Amino acid sequence: MVQHLNWDPATISRIARKHLDQEGALLPVLHSIQTEFGHIPPDCVGQIADLFNVSAAEVHGVLSFYPFFRSTPPGRHTIQICRAEACQSMGSRLLERHAKLTLGIDFHQTSADGEFTLEPVYCLGNCACSPSIRVGTQIFSHVDSARFDALIDDLQTNILEVK
Amino acid sequence: MTTIYIPRDTTTISLGADKLADEIVNFAADKQLELSIIRNGSRGLYWLEPMIEIETSAGRIAYGPVMIEDINYLMTSVMASASANVYTDHPLYLGLTEDIPYLRDQQRLTFARVGIIDPLSIEHFLQHGGFQGLKHALTKKPAEIVVDITDSGLRGRGGAAFPTGIKWQTVLLTESDQKYIVCNADEGDSGTFADRMIMESDPFSLIEGMIIAGLAVGATRGYIYLREEYRLAQQVLEQAIHVAEEHHYLGEQVHGSGHEFRLEVRMGAGAYICGEETALLDSLEGKRGMVRTKPPVPAVAGLFGKPTVVNNVLSLATVPVILARGSQFYKDYGLGRSRGTIPLQLAGNVRHAGLVEVAFGISLRKLVTYFGGGTRTGKPIKAIQVGGPLGAYLPTAQWDTPLDYEAFTDIGAILGHGGVVVFDDTVDMAEQAQFAMEFCAIESCGKCTPCRIGSTRGVEVLEKIRQGTQREKNSQLLIDLCETMELGSLCAMGGMTPFPVLSAFNNFREDFFQSLERDGEI
Repeated sequence: MVQHLNWDPATISRIARKHLDQEGALLPVLHSIQTEFGHIPPDCVGQIADLFNVSAAEVHGVLSFYPFFRSTPPGRHTIQICRAEACQSMGSRLLERHAKLTLGIDFHQTSADGEFTLEPVYCLGNCACSPSIRVGTQIFSHVDSARFDALIDDLQTNILEVK
Repeated sequence: MTTIYIPRDTTTISLGADKLADEIVNFAADKQLELSIIRNGSRGLYWLEPMIEIETSAGRIAYGPVMIEDINYLMTSVMASASANVYTDHPLYLGLTEDIPYLRDQQRLTFARVGIIDPLSIEHFLQHGGFQGLKHALTKKPAEIVVDITDSGLRGRGGAAFPTGIKWQTVLLTESDQKYIVCNADEGDSGTFADRMIMESDPFSLIEGMIIAGLAVGATRGYIYLREEYRLAQQVLEQAIHVAEEHHYLGEQVHGSGHEFRLEVRMGAGAYICGEETALLDSLEGKRGMVRTKPPVPAVAGLFGKPTVVNNVLSLATVPVILARGSQFYKDYGLGRSRGTIPLQLAGNVRHAGLVEVAFGISLRKLVTYFGGGTRTGKPIKAIQVGGPLGAYLPTAQWDTPLDYEAFTDIGAILGHGGVVVFDDTVDMAEQAQFAMEFCAIESCGKCTPCRIGSTRGVEVLEKIRQGTQREKNSQLLIDLCETMELGSLCAMGGMTPFPVLSAFNNFREDFFQSLERDGEI
């Protein structure tokens, strides 16, 4: 898992300035902020808007359009379950139900202990070995309920290193 | 010294290839064995991955799928037969890689180097014909390059199948102080992974294709718009761009030619709609990924309002072979108006899932039986979805259709990006139809009403049909709704969602009418 820092305006400013010579730099800036802090704090939207000389509404509009950008901190591990057709053909609907039941949360939610955030994803490009899930940036193949449970166990005991 | 190839792409890593590589390094160190380990891309024979290859005088010998526990025995065997480097009795022995029928019976042009070379070695790339296309392009006038592409018959491999040469011609003829080459690498269709394979396993071919496109239309800047889910591809592409800059293929002077071309990778953020070219351009400009009305087409007013070539990864990665070997060479493959080869991706419930690049014209039946080997679960195939989430579900009666753009259009289907997802007889086609509407509701950019509202209403109507509520009335409503979406949507998102829905509804009606009619209730 990745350790995220607490945000502060100076860091936001430093991150944003690194990208300002790029054309259409808003998405790269948002990516960099999320990489650093794990989410894009709503309180920094005004600051970003000022840097780009656009309204806060415009920045919010972009943020809220893209499912990847989040405005709240994620759990220690973000688990994405592929809901798309290739994975469906190999039983991902069962896996989806099993994951929600096991973690006690629905999609877009974080477990009460802050361990897991569950998100849907529509294709990981791993369709030859469905069903697929992603933990952080690591992709796993042929994930059935048993494999999912083993993975969760590993994550909770921190044996598995997620890069 | 023995050379061993251990693949490194997203899927092989998910199957344990990185751990295998570590284990082999440890084994070699332990036994003081001199090994040269090359991390190649994947050949795309995914049911055999992780597939390890050993270099011999006769060619590369493959073993797979190799698990951690196989390493000791396998490596000991390799050492024992050091003279020939072949150990044929091993249960994982697959023979010469090139002779594996799945690979032997393909015609790999776009994928010629994929899985063979070290993706980040420019020396490997050059040894295997890399930059030959660029070499030829540098001796030609822009218009001549465009003619080569037009004559080859290459059509957009992203899904729309628009002739690539015509697009380039428009950009070439549009005057502007700045033009762009944008690579659409937002491969979001379920069942597709060909773009990912090119970017992870042979990134220089894409870079070469983009440089040639730049020379052809007079563009000096290129962007690869890559989906967020493809982090390994991002890493490989960024390293490859860096290597290409160091070798002066990218930068102020492309190979000392006086032509400038610079390239940058930009990450998407999980929005499927950004695979639509105008939404992609808005996203690149730092906006919400909203679909634009056409005209103007991007070739006239694209990125930042400038003339822009927007091509898929596969189209651009096919450009070098056309320039290197001539348009006629490429055109000799295929049939009718579908010329050349198409990289098909066998996915989902199929025994031999993987990448199959063949000339247009093979039948779907041959693809899923001969190459695919039937379902992974061993049950009969019920439906095959071709062309991603906006593609039709095809029943048995349509499996003899040749894979060719026109033949598929004729049966109300699409080839799209070449994704082929197989379903066995446990699939509920009504559930699939409802998912198609749900997916459209989730991913719609929201600009046009038929797509934004129609998809939500579609989910509701399908729920009612499946529950058996006023079956006849709601069936008619579904058909009307699909017509509105198809004819009234701004882009393919809403316009083609009816394809999977209606193909499921028309060909698998029994799945929709399982519950008893509950008339009178709404």
